[in-house]
Amino acid sequence: MSERSERTIQHGIGEKTYDELREIAARYPQPRSGLLPMLHLVQSEEGRLTPEGITACAEVLGLTEAEVSGVATFYTMYKRHPVGDYLVGVCTNTLCAVMGGDAIFERLQEHLGVGNDETTADGKITLEHVECNAACDYAPVVMVNWEFNDFQTPASAVELVDRLRAGEEVSATRGARICSWRQAERVLAGFEDGRVDEGPAAGPASLAGLRVVAAGGLEPASPGGSAGSTTQSGSTSGGGRA
Amino acid sequence: MTGLLPVLTANWGDDRAWTLAAYTARGGYQALDQALAMTPDEVVETVKASGLRGRGGAGFPTGTKWSFIPQDNPNPTYLVVNADESEPGTCKDIPLMMASPHTLVEGVIISSYAIRAHRAFIYVRGEVLHVIRRLQAAVREAYAAGHLGTDIHGSGYDLDVVVHAGAGAYICGEETALLDSLEGRRGQPRLRPPFPAVAGLYASPTVINNAESIATVPSIITNGADWFAGLGTEKSNGVGIFSLSGHVTRPGQYEAPLGITLRELIDLAGGVREGHELKFWTPGGSSTPLFTAEHLDVPLDFESVAAAGSMLGTRALQIFDETVCVVRAVLRWTEFYKHESCGKCTPCREGTYWLAQVLSRLENGQGSEADLDLLLDQCDNILGRAFCALGDGATSPITSSITYFRQEYVDHLTHGGCPFDRAASTLFGGVPA
Repeated sequence: MSERSERTIQHGIGEKTYDELREIAARYPQPRSGLLPMLHLVQSEEGRLTPEGITACAEVLGLTEAEVSGVATFYTMYKRHPVGDYLVGVCTNTLCAVMGGDAIFERLQEHLGVGNDETTADGKITLEHVECNAACDYAPVVMVNWEFNDFQTPASAVELVDRLRAGEEVSATRGARICSWRQAERVLAGFEDGRVDEGPAAGPASLAGLRVVAAGGLEPASPGGSAGSTTQSGSTSGGGRA
Repeated sequence: MTGLLPVLTANWGDDRAWTLAAYTARGGYQALDQALAMTPDEVVETVKASGLRGRGGAGFPTGTKWSFIPQDNPNPTYLVVNADESEPGTCKDIPLMMASPHTLVEGVIISSYAIRAHRAFIYVRGEVLHVIRRLQAAVREAYAAGHLGTDIHGSGYDLDVVVHAGAGAYICGEETALLDSLEGRRGQPRLRPPFPAVAGLYASPTVINNAESIATVPSIITNGADWFAGLGTEKSNGVGIFSLSGHVTRPGQYEAPLGITLRELIDLAGGVREGHELKFWTPGGSSTPLFTAEHLDVPLDFESVAAAGSMLGTRALQIFDETVCVVRAVLRWTEFYKHESCGKCTPCREGTYWLAQVLSRLENGQGSEADLDLLLDQCDNILGRAFCALGDGATSPITSSITYFRQEYVDHLTHGGCPFDRAASTLFGGVPA
């Protein structure tokens, strides 16, 4: 923990960060619209939402600190406690829970020796359960720094966190090489990190319907018997769509 | 028999499908040229004539929504894309934006042109890092190629687009809460009227549409309103992405004309998990009342699903087989609504806490059968009395599960707890030994 505290002090809210906060606010017709991405940037710099970061946002937007805090406390992605290098979020909403998310979450708590929303002593992993992350067809899903790790089991999830703790480079099953939580927060603030071309366009479940069609199993729909020609016109002129 | 018809999903398997090069190689951004050759009103009329209805769940006609934008309002007009996909079970917009973000960006440009907006925002939930990367890059590439910015394709039309990441709040999928969030506030819903078309973002005329709705627009421009209107059913036109998850052999995204049935979709997905049978399912996410095997042949269009007592919603088909305890499933959803209630109105803020308490008692085999009537009474005091649809949605799984599975609740009481083996329902523990 002390090592991370030093890093926080090292970074702090410097002039460069103030400039970037102003840059975010300037993207919008009304600067206050930038507040959510600005808070993401603060987390990237500070490892959590610090009072200094709240003050910086308030100064840039001409708001009170209370107004900024009032917004920040509404959203679950903003953290008041230091977050580890890797925020591991196990989906335990109904479908993932049933498919194994509950078992994965229990195993990770045991394995890491932490409870929900707690961080390992080495500061590497913060564990939490998350709500539906829009990847139900890949259940059970474990998010790491908001990258998708699909079709997980308790064993695969343990291996995943062990590799992360060991400092290995780990790629998400449907995404890029997993960066640190702080780096991820910087992308959410609107600053690209050059990893966009990593990972697939789509995972196997996303392509399930396409594969049925490619296998010739089923002809396209033919309402009123006229879809043959319309489908054809779609396939010749549809911009990436037919 | 209704089959599949990939339109939005057609290019997801392409090599580097997310890039401008791949999208353009498929004819991407040609629909934009076609649209720019039309007047904005003609684009609105085309989308109206196509019969496209909102793909975010409510099913409101998209073109009609656009035509509500007043032309005499002195404030600028905005387009806001709702890409805050968070409804449990819903998982279509996220793979769309990961695989083919340019489909959405092209839709944003055409739609903005139609409503005469010069600023558009894509509000995407924050918990999808790689999707956000893909959107950011697509917008950057579109600017560089002259699809965005000033004098787009030499038309004299200007448009700027911002990709905006949220920060974790299901309620921001509610359109007016999203607008408050996009203004840098707590995401709480607004009283309507005034509707966003009159007073939306910054109290200015605003169209807010679901990501899939907007992404559908280029295909309508390319293939024509008649093509789209000729697909699907009489009042539910076109194709939509159906998301199968849970206990099916091949879960995933299946794009088909509206009106396909779950029986057909499950066949395409290789059947229910081997050795098991369908117990209950959601037609459109957890906020839509549960269906059972008796609803397998209900056409999945807005009218038929409503007539059968639920809602088409977002076509989020969560499939649960006989190993799943419905009480456990419903309790978990209820805990979700409790967590995500924004706190603005009393029926939802207090009611979801009460629901979770009573349900939790029942799941543990405590309480009494009278608690079922208490639950229904609580639901009755939330449904139609909450400020927005979140409260209504919270009651759906409870009332529908008591309708279809009342005995299972009672079994928890007689058994002194849950009679189900949780391991049997998991992906890794479900194989018979």
